[in-house]
Amino acid sequence: MDLDPKVPSGPIQDKWSKRKFELKLVNPANKRKYDIIVVGSGLAGASAAASLAELGYNVKCFCYQDSPRRAHSIAAQGGINAAKNYQNDGDSVWRLFFDTVKGGDFRSREASVYRLAEVSNSIIDQCVAQGVPFAREYGGLLDNRSFGGAQVSRTFYARGQTGQQLLLGAYSALAKQVGLGMVEMFTRAEMLDIVLVGGEARGIVVRDMVTGTISSHAAHAVVLATGGYSRVFFLSTNAMGCNVTAAWRAHRRGALFANPCFTQIHPTCIPTSGDYQSKLTLMSESLRNDGRIWVPAKTGETRPANDIPEGERDYYLERLYPSFGNLTPRDIASRRAKEVVDDGRGVGELKNGVYLDFRDAIQRLGKRVIEERYGNLFEMYERITGEDPYRVPMRIYPAPHYTMGGLWVDYNLESTTPGLFVLGEANFSDHGANRLGASALMQGLADGYFVIPYTIADYLVRVGPEKTDPADPAFGDTEREAKSRIAKLLGANGTRTVDSFHRELGQIVWDNCGMARSREGLENALREIPVLREKFWKEVMVPGSGEEFNQSLERAGRVADLMELAELMCRDALHREESAGGHFRVEHQTEEGEARRDDEGFAHVAAWEWAGPKAEHRLHKEPLEFEYVPLSQRSYK
Amino acid sequence: MGRVLSLYRSSVGKKILMSVTGVVFVFFVIAHMVGNLKAFMGPDHFDEYAHFLREIGEPIFPYGVLLWVFRIVLLGCLAIHALFALQTWWTNRAARPVKYAKGLQPEESTFASRNMRWGGIVLFLFVVAHLLHFTTGQLHPDFVPGAAFRNLVLGFQEQWVAGLYIGVMFVLGLHLYHGVWSSFQTLGLNHPGYNRYRRPLAALVAIVVFLGFAAVPVAVLTGTLSLGGRG
Amino acid sequence: MDLVLHIWRQAGPTDKGSFVRYEAKDISDHASFLEMLDILNERLTERGEEPIAIDSDCREGICGMCGVVIDRLPHGPQHGAATCQLHMRHFKDGDEIWIEPWRARAFPVVKDLVVDRYAFDRIMQAGGFVSVRTSAPQDANAILIPKEKADLAMDAAACIGCGACVAACPNASAMLFVSAKVSQLGLLPQGQPERRERVLRMLGRHDEEGFGMCSNYGECHAACPAEISLDFIARLNRDMFGAVATAVEL
Repeated sequence: MDLDPKVPSGPIQDKWSKRKFELKLVNPANKRKYDIIVVGSGLAGASAAASLAELGYNVKCFCYQDSPRRAHSIAAQGGINAAKNYQNDGDSVWRLFFDTVKGGDFRSREASVYRLAEVSNSIIDQCVAQGVPFAREYGGLLDNRSFGGAQVSRTFYARGQTGQQLLLGAYSALAKQVGLGMVEMFTRAEMLDIVLVGGEARGIVVRDMVTGTISSHAAHAVVLATGGYSRVFFLSTNAMGCNVTAAWRAHRRGALFANPCFTQIHPTCIPTSGDYQSKLTLMSESLRNDGRIWVPAKTGETRPANDIPEGERDYYLERLYPSFGNLTPRDIASRRAKEVVDDGRGVGELKNGVYLDFRDAIQRLGKRVIEERYGNLFEMYERITGEDPYRVPMRIYPAPHYTMGGLWVDYNLESTTPGLFVLGEANFSDHGANRLGASALMQGLADGYFVIPYTIADYLVRVGPEKTDPADPAFGDTEREAKSRIAKLLGANGTRTVDSFHRELGQIVWDNCGMARSREGLENALREIPVLREKFWKEVMVPGSGEEFNQSLERAGRVADLMELAELMCRDALHREESAGGHFRVEHQTEEGEARRDDEGFAHVAAWEWAGPKAEHRLHKEPLEFEYVPLSQRSYK
Repeated sequence: MGRVLSLYRSSVGKKILMSVTGVVFVFFVIAHMVGNLKAFMGPDHFDEYAHFLREIGEPIFPYGVLLWVFRIVLLGCLAIHALFALQTWWTNRAARPVKYAKGLQPEESTFASRNMRWGGIVLFLFVVAHLLHFTTGQLHPDFVPGAAFRNLVLGFQEQWVAGLYIGVMFVLGLHLYHGVWSSFQTLGLNHPGYNRYRRPLAALVAIVVFLGFAAVPVAVLTGTLSLGGRG
Repeated sequence: MDLVLHIWRQAGPTDKGSFVRYEAKDISDHASFLEMLDILNERLTERGEEPIAIDSDCREGICGMCGVVIDRLPHGPQHGAATCQLHMRHFKDGDEIWIEPWRARAFPVVKDLVVDRYAFDRIMQAGGFVSVRTSAPQDANAILIPKEKADLAMDAAACIGCGACVAACPNASAMLFVSAKVSQLGLLPQGQPERRERVLRMLGRHDEEGFGMCSNYGECHAACPAEISLDFIARLNRDMFGAVATAVEL
């Protein structure tokens, strides 16, 4: 397997310009002869579909929701980074690039990250031109805030709904192209498989979720923008429908899957309240600016929070990290919360959270100021928990939130399967082992608006405008396989519901491949998951038929793929004998309990190749070199 | 012409035209009410006013002509208002062919807003009867053309007639309460600084119109207004 | 708590449908309304019955995918919140709850509580955009927008497209939805060149989709999870009036 990242030569700041010039262009008159499939309609998918259609290509866009506007990008709260330096505080493309590489704990590809920082400014220009109502200052200029501990204010935001506004911007561009007939939109359509003709991606197999009809669509190239796989944990902040099926099916047909063990656990979510819990809700990280995190000093504490005297409280982040305190990065704050809860000092009815206390802030600043800053968040918290955070401390606990791993792509965002391009969270590229706050939106839009329109053209020129023959046996064969898989799910006729399996899978992955991972745990998970998977195929009960609207069937197919992915995740975590970013191996920590990276052994992307259902994945490595950002250890002491 | 047609074709356009015609009626109703109140200034004054209405516009317009122009304009407005009301009714029924099995619980809408169409029907029937009663006289027990005050007092001395009038004026008040507020919305007359006055203003118009119109029949019933010795 | 649920079951768009009575026993008051239905669905599946079809995705009130009429109120008794943000502590033991899908000609029922809201997308396709090519046309700060205006545009832009306005409107009108997008773009300088064309096209599409007309009841606003203001409808009407009265000859 040739794992060529195809990074252009030359100084890093010239690479993207150089590449754009090297890439071939499609003759304007020929563009309408090319068909492109875009799967997913989030920030990456919608922006790609709109931009490609605008160029003149025939685009077909697919999403599983009832409208492209519902993709989960919509739930992003905080903001989007860009190196505009509007605040004159010393930001630059270089600084954003540095911060992102460092924040990713040196496990991302320098050239890709640089390009991300480089196009970040264009994203803001583009979005403003579309009418995205970013927050403004009184003078009419765009407002910025500092986010996630960054030393500069480079985050653009639209209240707490930045993801929504950016997605609606991209969606409106997409809607325009649909209206013009340049994009054919397929909603409630789930991609079940990818079709390879002569080893290249030439189409997809799709199930119409309303009628159950399975059909295939042929094209010259396929773009996957299908998001991340946090739902492997069952409980996550992702939407109920988020899944790995599209990416996983592409992986099974040859595309390498990179760094699956790099997952991000967000420290400030509302803890679960019972075993019926279906998803977790994120509370903005900004709460940590004024809230103090603590747990009771002794285990088995039963008194209500406000009755516990100061001396019997353990403000563990302030104790362990005197200089950063409650503002330590996401991965550290998450891991420390897990430690104290595992220690039996968790709070709440289920002892599964830590306190985020605003008592001191309210005393210092007054309730009014706190209300101004966090009023809507407090309201949201009260709505969910029934507790008033002005009177009793909030309870928080980390939750899976984002996955840095994904399908391996080269600098052109093309996977190892020619003709298959992967954008946004679905690819592995820019965030390394840990994503910085407000960078996910940036990457999705960078890929969709400013990278794929250039890079896909080069591929299209190579394959030529001749249509893919939909009668090619590859389409029929892939369709048949998808149908037989559905028949198998429906035919299992067991006794257990899909969700019960999903929960069990989630528990295994969370316990063993969550915030802290050990060889023993991972090996344990690698024994348990295949057993569970086998049980699933035998004992699952999927009511109804395949020829109708059937939500149990949809979920069953997704869980089946998550089960396979879970195994690869654990395998990857086991292989990575170091701690980096969101991947913390208990065997690899310093005396103080901090992550210890192994740059000698693991400064590489682990890209896994599917070797068949019975065989173990094959590992390929893309070495990572750090020419511009010198390798260093993070320290927040 | 194309623009007017596009206005007519669109749902908002229809509402705008309904609203504009409604506003014409609001002013008409207020003017009419002020005229009615002249009854309290004495029979001569009132009859003179009735006569004056026919003289308006002279000498540009011949006697009674401008009043006919007003009447035709009002009739046109009525036609538009009623036609669009029927169309709206029809469209809205079609927009929800399957009703909620349990219905919807009203939260923001008022009794007045939910009953605009019934109010409209009542008012339409009333206008017809009212014209036959006081303008042309067919429904009047003892109609004398030109003797406006006499016709008025005799007309309201029937208790049930006066009661019906007062009842209909209440319906008019309700219709205006929603109609006035609604026309602010429909005509796009909103401003963050003044929006809070729109509801009270609508209520004020409704109450004033109701009281103003009800005053005359009440006065006749209580004997405040009577023909005295002039029978 | 134990509850009695009357849930609308309808096999498909042409089926007549009816309420079916279910008992949901032993529900925690911390559970969300949708989790309560999840539990019911799990139990139905285990009993070999077909689970109830219902849409939901983000379950944090922003994607707009969920939405049912609960006890005669779209999104249920809680104001300013979507169905997924409703928790069972708003109900009490022994309650009977009636659950129906959105009902409108433009939102045909797909199955049970799931409806097809693609009509909203078609309205957006007709004009809910600023025509700008992907090209980062000019520096973002070259367009100055007063804060008050940007905030107001954001108020309008907060619409989540769930369709509760249509569901709540006695006329099944989608005017609040249309007005939110028309106002957002109409308030911003970027939206000016297409302002007149946009309102004509979006309203034209709104009518063609079979939505009703606005009678200014205000029920849409009461049901709206994003609390979109009725003022935007007034603004929409003004824009429409302006488009007809002053447009460059169309």
